[in-house]
Amino acid sequence: MSRLEESSLYQLTSTRFRLFLREPEAIFWVFIFPILLAVGLGIAFRNRPADVLPVGATTAQLTQALAADKGLSATTMDEAAGTHALAIGTINLLAIETPQGVTYKYDPTNPDARSARLLAEGAIQVAAGRKDAVASQNEVIHETGARYIDFVIPGLLGMNLMGSAIWGMGFSIVESRQKKLLKRLVASPMPRWQYMASFILSRLAMLVIEVAVFVGFARLAFGVPLRGSLLDLGIICLITSLSFSALGLLIASRAKTMEAASGLMNLVMLPMWILSGVFFSATRFPAVIQPFVRALPLTAAIDALRSNMLQGIGLNHLMMPIAILLAWLVIPFAVTMKIFRWR
Amino acid sequence: MARGNLLVDRREGKRYSFCEEFILAYKSSNGRDYTGPSLSLSGLRKTFGDVVAVDHLDLEVMRGECFGLLGPNGAGKTTTIEICEGLTPPDAGNMTLLGLSWKTAAKELRQRIGIQLQETQFPDKLTVEEALRLFRSFFKQGISEDEAIRIAQLEEKRSARVGGLSGGQKQRLAMACALVGDPELLFLDEPTTGLDPQARRHLWDLVDELKSAGRTIILTTHYMDEAERLCDRVAIMDHGRIIALGTPQQLIASTGGDHVVEFAITNADATRGQIDPEALKEIPGVQSHRVDAGVHQLSVTDLHTTVPRIFSTLTRMGLHLSEFRTHSASLEDVFVGLTGRNLRDE
Repeated sequence: MSRLEESSLYQLTSTRFRLFLREPEAIFWVFIFPILLAVGLGIAFRNRPADVLPVGATTAQLTQALAADKGLSATTMDEAAGTHALAIGTINLLAIETPQGVTYKYDPTNPDARSARLLAEGAIQVAAGRKDAVASQNEVIHETGARYIDFVIPGLLGMNLMGSAIWGMGFSIVESRQKKLLKRLVASPMPRWQYMASFILSRLAMLVIEVAVFVGFARLAFGVPLRGSLLDLGIICLITSLSFSALGLLIASRAKTMEAASGLMNLVMLPMWILSGVFFSATRFPAVIQPFVRALPLTAAIDALRSNMLQGIGLNHLMMPIAILLAWLVIPFAVTMKIFRWR
Repeated sequence: MARGNLLVDRREGKRYSFCEEFILAYKSSNGRDYTGPSLSLSGLRKTFGDVVAVDHLDLEVMRGECFGLLGPNGAGKTTTIEICEGLTPPDAGNMTLLGLSWKTAAKELRQRIGIQLQETQFPDKLTVEEALRLFRSFFKQGISEDEAIRIAQLEEKRSARVGGLSGGQKQRLAMACALVGDPELLFLDEPTTGLDPQARRHLWDLVDELKSAGRTIILTTHYMDEAERLCDRVAIMDHGRIIALGTPQQLIASTGGDHVVEFAITNADATRGQIDPEALKEIPGVQSHRVDAGVHQLSVTDLHTTVPRIFSTLTRMGLHLSEFRTHSASLEDVFVGLTGRNLRDE
């Protein structure tokens, strides 16, 4: 056996890694689940051609005028039937011919109905012979990087880095404490720092696989852009994973039972799932709580990931999120070292 | 109560240290040149809140000795052994292991002692071999995993996962993990608790083998038969104190008789009989008397002369025997004699 294999740090790390690989549930949550989530969201929010809005009209002539616009599908119906159709939502707007001209019946609080109102007005005026005062043309864009899937992939990556680091640290440490394995280990000559280090090293080994699988999938299946340097992306993922590992260690540093640890983990992660902009932009929250939202490690991580992947911003312009992440690495780690309970 | 002759005096300790000289001379090839006691405790004290777990304990364990800390649950055995193992800091008292102190030589001590804790569970999904390799990697020197597997007789389970092992096999694995560093001093905390009789005997054989290799072993147990079978010397603990110390033979002899006679009596009409304890103690050959739940226990030197006298005394008083049995005196009887309680009741 080589010297490396005989070293306790190597043995601790490979033990950790082996135990992880022998846990099918862990494999699922770390590798499979984020991909399933991305696929699901990709399908739900795929970019479709603009919706055709159903509308109704009281005369065949109006119907014909409305049908001339590709954005509308018009049906002829009398006013009573039309009002009923409006009420149950099968049409967005009813055009009623009156002696004075046309009346539009619609709900202005419904954005689709407002669009229908604009389209219908245009179509009827044009059919009646209106000439445009200014010649206009359309140039349609379908740019990658601006789609919802592009937005959500860095968010899911950040969320996954958080989850796997915190669950990975928390559960195995608390389980070892509960089963008195920690006590047995400190009763042996094992250097204590190596125990912590083995968790971080095995985490990093998994990180490489985890990020490569997920980002590779997003790139191939959805064509999500990778505009920034891959090295920078790797560094961001590394720092993110280390910060959340430190947080995981802190959560696991005193909890005596799995239930306590599980509650603590959810308490820490749940606000970030909501506030940190995984599924929608964190800027939607009121200005009062923005400083708090910005200070969360997941917000910083997702900011940095999005800037790198979608905008191609270099690491040198991402010092703020990186600094926040480093603070979340150093402080929890230092506190853990002080308060960690070995038995 | 004859406590005076139980508290083993300095003379006994001396006799052991003489024996030690021989063992040491025998073992000097080992290269580690410390010749004093393997473990030395004085004035050791530990409290948890209001509870005094260890109360001014003094103890010396010689090299090569297999020493047993014996007592009911809650007597302070585990606290004592964990203080010795450097896992629990004592509130007061001095302690050296192999001539070293935890305060100044913790790293060296960790390398030189082996520990088996009461309830360690190794990860279920690790194999026997992997667990041993992990523990071996912590020690600078020691025996190979193969050797540890052989000693613990786990050859067939080498690649089996810990989760699939029986209680006895798990305990032998814990023992093997304690051995991989080839320790001079081995601590075993209740090594057979919770095991079935066969697994217990299997583990005793393993301890025998370790003893014959000349290691110092300190074990705790609440099984008196285990202590009698394995230990060169035992300390009986109760409420954080050592209430008796000596070889199992000395302690048993201290009860005054080699045998114990137990009987229950009824009157002629089958109601529970009454008898004056003094009348029993006057019977020649009866050393002591106590009664527990209607059963009288007499400590007796010679069964064949004393038992007929007991029968005739009872007959003279018009009492009938509803139960009668005898057994050789054991450490159990020592504990009962000292505390008035049965170990197994705890």
